Parts: sequence; structure tokens; C-alpha cells
Amino acid sequence: MTGAMKWLRRNLFSNWWNTGLTLLVLFVLWRALPPFVDWAFISAVWHGEDRTACLGPDKGACWPFIFANLDQFIYGRYPADLRWRVDIAFLLGLAGLVPMLIPRVPAKVWNLGYLVVAWPMIAIVLISGDRPGLIGVDTDLWGGLLVTLIVAITGIVASFPLGILLALGRRSEMPVIRTLSTIFIEFWRGVPLITVLFMASVMLPIFLPRGLHLDNLLRCLVGVALFSSAYMAEVVRGGLQAVPRGQVEAARALGLSYWQTMGLVVLPQALRHVIPGIVNTFIGLFKDTTLVLIIGLFDFLGQVRVQLSDMHWSTPQGAATGYVFAAFVYWVFCFGMSRYSAFMERRLNKGRVR
Amino acid sequence: MTKSPIIEIAHVDKWYGDFHVLKDVSLSVAEGERIVIAGPSGSGKSTLIRCINRLEAHDKGRIAVDGIELTEDLKRIDEVRREVGMVFQQFNLFPHMTVLENCTLAPIWVRKQPQEEAEATAMRFLERVRIPEQALKYPGQLSGGQQQRVAIARALCMNPKIMLFDEPTSALDPEMIKEVLDVMVGLANDGMTMICVTHEMGFAREVANRVVFMDQGEIVEEAPPAEFFTAPKSERTKAFLAQILRG
Amino acid sequence: MAGGKQATAKRAMRWSWNDPHLRSLIWQVAALAAVVAALWYFAATAHENLSRQHIATGFGFLQNTAGFGIVQALVPYSEEASYGRAFLVGLCNTLLVAALGTILAVALGFAVGIARLSSNWLVAKLAAVYVETLRNIPLLLQLFFWYFAILQPLPGPRESLTLLPGVFLSNRGIVMPGVGLTGTSPAFLAALFLAIVASFLVTRYAKARRMTTGERFPASVVNTVSIIVLPGLVWLIGGAPFTIDHAAMGKFDFTGGWRLLPEFLALLLGLALYTAAFIAEIVRAGIQSVGRGQTEAAHALGLSNGQALRLVVIPQALRVIIPPLTSQILNLTKNSSLAVAIGYPDLVSVFAGTVLNQTGQAIEVIAITMGVYLVISLATSLAMNLYNARVAIVER
Repeated sequence: MTGAMKWLRRNLFSNWWNTGLTLLVLFVLWRALPPFVDWAFISAVWHGEDRTACLGPDKGACWPFIFANLDQFIYGRYPADLRWRVDIAFLLGLAGLVPMLIPRVPAKVWNLGYLVVAWPMIAIVLISGDRPGLIGVDTDLWGGLLVTLIVAITGIVASFPLGILLALGRRSEMPVIRTLSTIFIEFWRGVPLITVLFMASVMLPIFLPRGLHLDNLLRCLVGVALFSSAYMAEVVRGGLQAVPRGQVEAARALGLSYWQTMGLVVLPQALRHVIPGIVNTFIGLFKDTTLVLIIGLFDFLGQVRVQLSDMHWSTPQGAATGYVFAAFVYWVFCFGMSRYSAFMERRLNKGRVR
Repeated sequence: MTKSPIIEIAHVDKWYGDFHVLKDVSLSVAEGERIVIAGPSGSGKSTLIRCINRLEAHDKGRIAVDGIELTEDLKRIDEVRREVGMVFQQFNLFPHMTVLENCTLAPIWVRKQPQEEAEATAMRFLERVRIPEQALKYPGQLSGGQQQRVAIARALCMNPKIMLFDEPTSALDPEMIKEVLDVMVGLANDGMTMICVTHEMGFAREVANRVVFMDQGEIVEEAPPAEFFTAPKSERTKAFLAQILRG
Repeated sequence: MAGGKQATAKRAMRWSWNDPHLRSLIWQVAALAAVVAALWYFAATAHENLSRQHIATGFGFLQNTAGFGIVQALVPYSEEASYGRAFLVGLCNTLLVAALGTILAVALGFAVGIARLSSNWLVAKLAAVYVETLRNIPLLLQLFFWYFAILQPLPGPRESLTLLPGVFLSNRGIVMPGVGLTGTSPAFLAALFLAIVASFLVTRYAKARRMTTGERFPASVVNTVSIIVLPGLVWLIGGAPFTIDHAAMGKFDFTGGWRLLPEFLALLLGLALYTAAFIAEIVRAGIQSVGRGQTEAAHALGLSNGQALRLVVIPQALRVIIPPLTSQILNLTKNSSLAVAIGYPDLVSVFAGTVLNQTGQAIEVIAITMGVYLVISLATSLAMNLYNARVAIVER
């Protein structure tokens, strides 16, 4: 017992100032936590078929609202009988992602090629049904987590090659290339994402030839990809700077050309350094997908809001329940990814090569 | 019948901005010769040998390697780099590749050799530097001396006519210097043309045909080792020798 | 000795792919040509599309009448004002929320960042929970939470909560006593300004004196007195420099005083709390980056805790903190554009929202909007680069 007492004395009550702080914090927690726990769990409604279950005084969170609308939160208005295609696309992606994340699994280059080139094409075909033999599903019907993941993943995947080229361009010795790259990067990093989305949604059609019509989601993806490539370029540039100059010298001394040096020696080393940066960019992008609401697309948060305005489920606690649920889902994703990023950073700092 | 020198450096000047780092340097190296370049730090010795494979560009004068003029012409630079191997003070092994992959990279991508042939050559040279068993390890797993020997093998896998050494043992712990020097002595005995920038005077005495003393960007004196160490002509050489041979 | 570049003979460019100058030139010309070609193509397509749809071009629209009201206007504005004036109103609203948000976020961020390193386990853990929670929930969601879940469900003006005497909170926002200027205001402010300038000079004098003679001059006392006395004299002589305009309850709502809109409050709170979480991490990393050896060396030299902190730790920590901190402040400014989602009339909401809808001139409006943010971003980056260059720790 004395071990615990000692710990308490040292960490919580070491002096008057600390004691006061501890008591203050405990007071705040006592006032804030029990009501929340009560609302979310104890007084909450867990079963029900429609809004009547959640009506009435002293009712807490309305969880049936979440359970009933879960499909919409995930797929949007995607036809129910065709959702298996989305599921398969998602599983194929997961099958490629999990081995990529585990450092010990070999053949990383093939893995990356699958994830970045092959899988997106398969997924697009599966989800949009844009092939003879498959029923097409209009992008207007896509919503919820499906849209969130599509925007975030496309953003990262599309910005990756462009970001690498921009980073190389920014470090180039040719003044024109360097200036063009710098202008491009600083432009997209200097403007808010909302203006980019407005630009993509409202302004882009003006610049497209008459016959070419891109739907709203596609325009949004173009904007997100361009926006994200500037941030990716800075992340890759940091990685390039971390590769010692001697590596380039050794490669050149062996007779390798510029592109051979970059591709075989510099970039593989640089990219290891940028993995935490890429994950952090993805986390940011994942959170930023919520903004597509403003140009009329329905991501996960947007879909929650849509269901909230559905009269079928209008309840006093509905809004709070919906937002708390959405916050929780986002938090789980983002926190999980940031833990992974920290894990990779620790691993790299240990100086391990593989 | 005297063959023309394999390296010709004629009246070479180089500036870093206003700093005159190489002052009217001339040097001729015959095939099979072993040259040791010594001198205080900042004397331009590293800069000089880095000009030989165009890691640095000379501003004035002429450098020719195996008959190929070193100019801005990229094709000629590539030809020269294929004939000249370099070993760096910091080893500069590629940490994301195994030892074997480090050695086969250039033969496969530059000389376009098939992988099997490149690997066979690599194993041969790894045996020559006496670490064939480390072939599948990563540089991070090797000691400094082992890494430098791999670096030597990597350079040899391109079958160069000339080997440049830029202070190859300066970054090594004392107990590992000998293993690297032994490899270099073996190379010399096999007739490789070598130019070494080094502080290891024992190596110079054993292997060098000529010792070149550089100070403040110019060649002050050059002589065979016996003469250089026992009867230096210039005051500067004497001062330098007094410094490094003491203790 | 003349520079080497002049001594080198200028080599004539050879028409060979192996000449690096030629190769570099070709790459650059090709890149430039590609960019120019793309821009030309897009400009031509846009021109054709615009003229086909009979959409006006040019910036003349800025003088047209706006015809819509704006709930919060820091400069005089009415429905008869021009679009250009509406732009200005939106811009001021953006700058207001960005400036106040920055102050709050930095203050809170530093507090939480230091709390993370507290020896009190509870405080440190709570700070960690704060950071990890707010960083991983999208800002838009947090704004919705503040606006829809906290501010809108508040009671109406008749049942306002009293935060402080004269300050009332309801679902229409916060109403507080307004401050107006009088005749004495300019003199008062001038006196205050002079007192502050004087205090800087006094502090410099005191420091110089301490350097040469070692004697300490009671600068802080003198400064405090002068800042109180000088403007105070103006007050006594000229009368009160401010008038207070109390808010009074009207038929349905307060009149008079100053009003902070619920949209403004939600945006301010959301931005400040969200950005503070990131700033807290930056501050924590900055303080931790100063190795313990620095504090030990300072103590070994006889410096007190406070002196070690002020003279050794904080200057080094600040060098590490300030670049990413500037980045976060920029993010806050850009994130203020989320105002459009909760109806706060910021630049994007007013200009790229309402004005664009009314005029249809997408290219001009969006270009101007992006231009404003670009100017803010570049100015901040430039300032930060200058600061970095000045304080960079000189290395070999």
C-alpha cells in the first residue's frame, strides 16, 4: 500500500501548487465525466425501431438512430443489392495495405505497385460499374464512409507521383524548373482547401472543352489531388534532404546516370524517411474530406447530417448522438493512424535499415 | 617504348568563389603506378583527386584519363567514371541494399551485365577483400573496416583501370585500419594504378612509387618514398613531416 | 587574386546532347513551352465557354450594388454598398477571427504544452488527452459541435445567462457593454503610446547602465508608474476617454452595446481550441529539444532556475518552436474559411459564396479570394524566413 501512497505523493501532491491543481482537475472531472457517461450509456436508449423509442424525458443518447442508419453512413445511397461490390473493393484494398504496413513483409515494391496502380483501377471499375456487364452506379448515389475513403485515398495516391516530381523539381539546378515547381507548391499550400474545392466545383467546368463533362465527385478529386500534391512535395523534399550527399557522389562515381541515381539510390532511402510524413498527410486529408460537404458531396459527416434532418428520426438527442458517434469514428481512424506513424518513426530512428 | 601516362593533369587551376584551391597543378601518372598524395588539411588533395572522376570540375588546364579528355561533355564523363573507381572516407555504401546488391548495382545498370554474371563477379571480389560471408548482410550490420572493404569491392566490380582512395582509413577506429590497408596493399601488388590521399605514411613507404606533397593548393614536392622521407628538399615538406612523424 | 570565374575561358556551347548546358537549356525550354501551351489552351477554352454562356468578365462588377445584408460589418456597410465594399467587410471579418483566434490559440497552446511536461501526473495526462482528442477530430465537426450542440440550444435573450455584470449569453450571442470614443480619446491613446515608447527607452537605458556599471536601475517600477500616470493625467484633465454603452433589454432582444454573434463565437472557439492542440505539441517538442545538459550547465554556472529558463532554455526552445508555430497560425487563418459552413460572414462566405452566386463571375471572384490568402501566406512565410535567418544558430 505504501508504494501507491508514495506514487500519489510524488505525482499528485508533491507541493501546495500541485495539490491545488490536482484537486481542481479532480473537481472538473467529477462535474464533467459522470453526466457524459450517464448520457452516453446509462440513460441512453439502446433498442428501438423508430424515433418514438427516443422520445420522452430524461432519455440519453439515441443509439437506435445510429444502428438504423449505419448502412447509409457507410455507403450513402448506394443500391443495397450492389453493395457487395464496394465490400470486395474495400477488402482487396485491405489485402494490399496490411502487408505494406508490416515492416517485415518483403516485396515492398510489388506491394506498392499493386496498391498505387492496380488496385485503384480495379476499385474504380467495381464501385462505379463502368464496364459492360456491370450495372453502373452514378456518383450522386455514393456517400458516407465510401466517399470519405475515396477522396482521401485518391488524394494520397494521385499526389504521390506528382509530389515526387515536384520535390525533385524544387531541388533541381535548372532555374526554370525550380521556379515553376516552387510556384506550384507555394500556391497550393497558401490557399485554403475550401477555395480549392470551390475552384474545382465552380471554376473548373469553365476551363473544360464543351464535350467534356466531369461530375462533381471527379472535379473534387482533381482539386484534392492538386492540393495534396503540394504538401506531399514538401514531405518528399524533407526526405530527400535527409539522404547524405555522399550517396549521390558514390552513385555518380560508379557511373550511374541522374535518373538511375535518383531511382535506385536516393528515392528508396528518402521514401523510408517520409513514411511518417505521408501518414500524417493522410490523416490531415482524412479530416479534410469533411469539407466536401460544402460543395454538395456527402462524406461520412455529411451523411450523418443528412440522416439527422430526416424527419423519420427527428429526436431531441439525435443531433448530439450523431455528432458524438461521428467524432468517435473519426477519432478512432485518426488516432490509430497517428499511433502507426509514431511507431514507424521510432523504428526508423533506431537506425534499422529494413 | 614508353606508354603515354594513364592520367595527365596539366596546369590545372580551380577556384571556389574567390578561394584558389588548386594552383597550377600538374601531375602525370603512368599505368600501374601507385601515388600517395599527402599534405595538411585544406591543401586541396581531395579536391584534386575528385577532379579526376569529375566529382568536381576544374576551371583551367587539362585533365585526361586513359586518353579521354575531361570536359563538360557528359558522355566522356560517363566513360571516365566507368574506368575510375573511387573509395570514400565515409564509405558511402547504400544502406537499403545488401552487400551483394551494393556490388552488383552498377555492373547491372551501367555495364548492362546479366545478374548472374554480376553476382559471380561480386562474390569474386568479396572474396578478394576477405568478406564473402557477409554478402547478404546490410551495411548497417557491418563494422567500419568491413564496410570500407565492401566499398573497395564495390568499386572493383566495375573493373576500373584506376582506383582513387580519398582518405579511406580516416573514419576508421585504429584497430580496423590494418585490414583495409592490407587489402589496398594486395591491390597494389596486383598491379592496379592507385592514387591515394592518406595520412598513413607506413602504407606510403611500403607501396607507393611516388609520394606527392601538396600544400595550399600546389604540389610542393614529389619523390619516391625513400627519398621523400629521408631527404625532403623543401622547408614546408620538412615541417609537415616533422609534424606527422612525431609520436 | 581575381575570381576564378573570370579566368575560365567561356566554352562555346556544342550542339551535342552530351553538353550539360544544352541539355539543361532544352529541358527548361520544353518545360516552359509546355506550361505556356497549357495556359493558352485553358484560356482559350474559358474564353469560348464564357462568351457562349454570356457571362461577363472583368472586374467591373466590384462597383455594382451588392443588394444583400451582412450580419457583422466592421466597416460601414449597407445593402446599397458595392460588391467591393462587401469584399472588404468579409476580409475584415476574416482578419478579426484570425487575429483573435491566434491570440487565444497561442496562449492556450503554450499553457497546454507546458502542462504536458508538468510533474503533476493528473495535469500531464489531462493535457495529453486534450491534445490527442482535439487533434484527431475534424475541425468542421468541432465547429458543428460548438455551433449546433452548444450555442444554438442556449436559452433565448429573455433568459440570458449572466457571465459577468453587464455581459449576457444567449442563443443570439454574447452582448457586452460597448465602448465608444470621446474627445479625449486621441489624447489618451497618444499618452499611452508615448508612455509605452518611453518605457522601451528606459528599459534600454537600464540595460546599458547595468552593462557598464553593474548597477541596477528600477526600470520596471518606473515603467509601470509612467504607464499609469501619464494617461491618467490626460484622463483627469480631459475627462473620461471612453463612454460605456450598456446593453438594455428591449422587446425581444438586447439593444445597444456590442454583440458577438454565435457564429463568430463558435468559429473562434473551434479554431482556437483545435489549433491550440497542435501548438501544444509544438511547444512540448520545443522545450524537450533543449537537452537537459543545457539546464545543468546553467545551474553549474550559478544561474537560478528562473535565469536558466529565461536566458538559456527558452531562447533555444523558441528557435525550434517558432517555424512550426507560424505554420499553425497560417493554418488557423486558412481554416477560418470554414466559416461558410456555419454562416459566419467571412471572406469566403461573403465573396466566394454570395457574391459569386449573384454575379456568376467565378474566375474573378475565386482568383481574388485565393489571392488574398496567398498574400497572407507569403507575407507570413517571408517574415518567418527573415526571423529564422536572424536567429539561426551559427554552425560550421
